[in-house]
Amino acid sequence: MAKQIRPEEAVNMVKDGSSVMIGGFLGGAVPLKMIDQLADSKIKDITLITIGAGYRGGGVDIGKLILNRQIKKIICSHVGTDPNLINQIVNNEIEMDLTPMGTFVERVRAGGAGLGAVVTPVGLGTEVEEFAEKIFVDGQPFLLHKPIRAEIAIVKAYRADTLGNLQYSGIYNSNPVMATAADIVIAEVDEIVGIGDIIPEQVGTPGIYVDYIVQGHSSKKRQEIYEELWISTNKL
Amino acid sequence: MSKDYIAQRIGKEFKNGMYANLGIGIPTLSADYIPEGVEVFLQSENGALLFGPKPQRGKSNPDLSNAGTEPITMLPGGSLFDINASFAMIRGGHIDMTVLGALEVDQHGNLASWKIPGKCLSGMGGAMDLLYGCKKVIAALTHTDKYGHSKIKKQCTLPLTGAHVVDMIITEKGVFSVSEDGLILEELAPGITADEIIRFTEADITNIDDWKVK
Repeated sequence: MAKQIRPEEAVNMVKDGSSVMIGGFLGGAVPLKMIDQLADSKIKDITLITIGAGYRGGGVDIGKLILNRQIKKIICSHVGTDPNLINQIVNNEIEMDLTPMGTFVERVRAGGAGLGAVVTPVGLGTEVEEFAEKIFVDGQPFLLHKPIRAEIAIVKAYRADTLGNLQYSGIYNSNPVMATAADIVIAEVDEIVGIGDIIPEQVGTPGIYVDYIVQGHSSKKRQEIYEELWISTNKL
Repeated sequence: MSKDYIAQRIGKEFKNGMYANLGIGIPTLSADYIPEGVEVFLQSENGALLFGPKPQRGKSNPDLSNAGTEPITMLPGGSLFDINASFAMIRGGHIDMTVLGALEVDQHGNLASWKIPGKCLSGMGGAMDLLYGCKKVIAALTHTDKYGHSKIKKQCTLPLTGAHVVDMIITEKGVFSVSEDGLILEELAPGITADEIIRFTEADITNIDDWKVK
């Protein structure tokens, strides 16, 4: 059973120094309302675990947390879209743990699935070898990476029922895997529906993973937000 | 425009029924040059297969965007999946071809794109996975930097995104394939001479003599 709470209540679960996973990808499929709550809070020293920086140019979605200097460490695979983030990393204001994207998402999966490590050939012959242990399996070299977990994961889905089952629409992105890898999982959704309204075949994240549900922007409102964003940045 | 030429030339590499992933920038532009009658299944690493062109204004879906967060549409027969499935697809060797930009490539098939120490940092994103897992790797880049220096090196000087991974290099001056012995010039761009290739290329080109006007 997942509990429905208001975004203002949900944000109180994040404390100074918390590790927080945020689902989505460069501003797409992100929990906009909860990010705004975080940005409006005074919470600081967050370890942010996310695929990459926010929407291109910075200052949008998770870019707001960077502008507010609320982030102490970022665990991700890409920072190139946010110049503010790059500046803070270069100035040693934000510590960075960088792994290739496919490795990053498997580290999160390992964290949620009770696995001890990710063993992958990706990154061999590159600087990634400097921060991963090289091991051999049947004589073949691989890089060993540790799992990632967070205290809190904030994911974005299309709908939730009151059991916490989540249905996705469009690109699910990193949301399903992040919902498995945190002590507390908060799902921001466009709609909250009754038990049975999401049929089993439509469940993308089973309710067992989800602790709290937050009503986000409606689908219509999000359509307006993204349409405006894309038009203002010459993407549409 | 050299970028348009590169994108256009990449277009010729698409074969019918191919699954392909296109990087941000010039590679993405090349989708406009997929030849008539050739069906290509485009994959986006954020979790989509068989996506199509941008939607009309007013028709965009906030949940449908490519790896550059540009709005996309899904074509009939397309599919959506989570990012772990997407990278399993990439790393597991299921994608036929990827086209990626680069800061430098070299005659050993090395590619550098994610970091200029002390100057620029972007992170590797999905590029390392794509370079490792895709069956054919095309590096698409302008031949020289803004100072006129060759980006086609004997040996990359920047941190690598992938070692011994590039199969083909497409620039505004020509097309090269990477072999055990070095680069092979496959094609000169219109109006480009072998002398010009020699002047603007640091890498050794094994067959350059064959291209010189006798």
